Amino acid sequence: MSTAATNIDMLHGQAARVISRKRMIGFALPAAIVAYFIYIFFAFDIAGLSERASLDNARTLVADSYSYKTHVTRSTRDGGISVAIEGERKGEYSEGTAPEWVTLGTDGAPTLVDLGRGNLVSLGDVTTWTIPDYGVISITASRANGVDVTFPNDTVPAWASVSKSRVAMTTDAGRLNVTRTKAEVFKYQAGWELFFFTLQSPYHGMPLGELLRRATSGEAGAIWNDFFHNPMWHHDMVAGALFETILMAALGTFGAAIVALPLAFMAAKNFAPLRIVRFAARRVFDFFRGVDALIWTIVLARAFGPGPLTGALAILITDTGSFGKMFSEALENTDRKQIEGIRSTGAKPLQRYRFGVIPQVTPVLLSQVLYFLESNTRSATIIGAITGGGIGLLLTQAMLTQKDWEEVSYYIILIVLMVMMMDWLSGKLRARLIKGKDERSHDAA
Amino acid sequence: MTDLTRNVDDIRAEYLALTRRKRSYDTIILVLFIAIMVAGFHTADDRNAGGFWSGLHRLLDFPAEVIGEASQKLAEFPAHFMHFLPALSETLNIAGAATLLGAIIGIVLSLLATRGLALWPRAIPVVRRIMDIMRAIPEIVIALILIFVLGGGPVPAMVAIAFHTSGALGKLFSEVNENAALGPVEGLQSTGATWVQRMALGVFPQVAPNYLSYALLRFEINIRASAILGFVGAGGIGYELKNAMSWGTGKYDEAGAIFVLLFVTIVIVDQASSALRDRLTHGNRKLEATL
Repeated sequence: MSTAATNIDMLHGQAARVISRKRMIGFALPAAIVAYFIYIFFAFDIAGLSERASLDNARTLVADSYSYKTHVTRSTRDGGISVAIEGERKGEYSEGTAPEWVTLGTDGAPTLVDLGRGNLVSLGDVTTWTIPDYGVISITASRANGVDVTFPNDTVPAWASVSKSRVAMTTDAGRLNVTRTKAEVFKYQAGWELFFFTLQSPYHGMPLGELLRRATSGEAGAIWNDFFHNPMWHHDMVAGALFETILMAALGTFGAAIVALPLAFMAAKNFAPLRIVRFAARRVFDFFRGVDALIWTIVLARAFGPGPLTGALAILITDTGSFGKMFSEALENTDRKQIEGIRSTGAKPLQRYRFGVIPQVTPVLLSQVLYFLESNTRSATIIGAITGGGIGLLLTQAMLTQKDWEEVSYYIILIVLMVMMMDWLSGKLRARLIKGKDERSHDAA
Repeated sequence: MTDLTRNVDDIRAEYLALTRRKRSYDTIILVLFIAIMVAGFHTADDRNAGGFWSGLHRLLDFPAEVIGEASQKLAEFPAHFMHFLPALSETLNIAGAATLLGAIIGIVLSLLATRGLALWPRAIPVVRRIMDIMRAIPEIVIALILIFVLGGGPVPAMVAIAFHTSGALGKLFSEVNENAALGPVEGLQSTGATWVQRMALGVFPQVAPNYLSYALLRFEINIRASAILGFVGAGGIGYELKNAMSWGTGKYDEAGAIFVLLFVTIVIVDQASSALRDRLTHGNRKLEATL
């Protein structure tokens, strides 16, 4: 009886210890996480972030991504007016034409720009901006005397910056910059202007019904040509870049699978009886994976220059390491009986591999390869940004200019769609090729 | 009797024909695949700045140059290592904080996306689509935007990686959740436990090892991502590498030191994490292998 009682006491003591340890972990783990985040807070200087952050940049970014601006410029020298979308030559209205909110002045009369909500800018020898509930700002500019500005109540408002050679004003309605040589008005409007056709195209501003009618009556090629080679948005270049990125991912992934398969046999216990061979193959895989795509990209770019081939090879080498490791593990899990069965028919080693091993491992390997295809599409975007190829390059270029944010958002949407499409495609192919045989690896993916 | 033999012959002939047809299909697919690969490499070669064959002999030039310079200045290597250690720790911290943050968000998302556990069952498809989109956005996109707004430094990289990690881990976690037994959750519900209590006490103990295993794997991936994002301006060892590279010939010893640091770090973390993951999921080795 007493032994049973001590047993129970002992068990009770053990259980209490286990529970209290679990309770300790229950408190210690969240505490450790919180402590780490506090450390990160100071290490990354998150408190100082608000000073470094540029809200102006954020505002331009958001505003630019869904709106465009039209520049109306008057040269002081000859009084000539030009109207151009985003201030680019490709977006210029041809001589004597303008959007309906610009009234071109003829015979020395000033050109009137309606910025909306009562804001009216008059571009003439004297530039005036009429702002409702405020008054009229008038500016004279000449090469000799510089820029001279008068405000309604003789004080410079916070939204204007004035110097001898330049006046810049920004309100919600638009922007006006006047220098010695030119006066420039910016009007902001929502949308991605000229996305389909530029002003030079006869199809610009044509209603959809009319477009369809013309397309069916033999102009489809011309319409497609004008859209695809749109000089403002470069749809042809963007399509090429997307193709390059997918090409990098596909060549890298499938190339790595082809290279890794024979190497994997050398690293698998049941196929490579020599320990030294296995060891060597595994270290090769570790090296390929360990060096990382970033370093491979740098090294390869030195030899082959920027472009999709460099990116494809960088992915190929890194993934050879990953695939080699995974394939050799899959090979070690193969069933010996099938191989022995083939051997009993007198098959040579190569035939044993072809008919005894390959059918066993194909579903597993294919599913792994296809899973990598999707993640490599993302990698190819990033590697493209470093090595200079594909949509990644376009994205970084557009970001570096810090003004074409509508293009940046266009590229981002395309990248997300591309990755989701590859994800969908690889899922479909996996399901089709493997047909439920390999529920396991599908789950893991 | 003759009928039966004829039948067998028929069947054999039919089977052989079928096999032959399947083989020829396989061959056609294989040939097609090889043709596509060759054509693809040709296209990539054409669009590359330098050609493959003309660049091949230069492949080892750069590594040789780096190794040559590094071996001459071998004495300076310990100093280089010490110099770049803070940058390396920043890279590791970006990866660590992003993985932790991503895992926490991923846990919440995954619970909201699992049938039987979700707080609002009707929102399951919505949460899943959100995770799909989060997974689809490459880190570099968010990092570059945040660098523009917040300036360079580790925070843009951390947020960018955490965003992608949330979606990726959320999906994996929700697959783990589907296998969790609902008994404990129902038991807790009968005592009047809230949703948070049910998840923390009923689901967590079941899934914690698998969560941890996936999070460790993600940590490995995120170290690489963190190094790459450094290269585009987000701080850490990648940024130092870019600087070291830009100094060009004569200063490659620093680049060499960074290569070594990065390589050793990745290998150590990979080995440690795969050993740990092996212990966490003994019976689940196959599943791991597919990742």
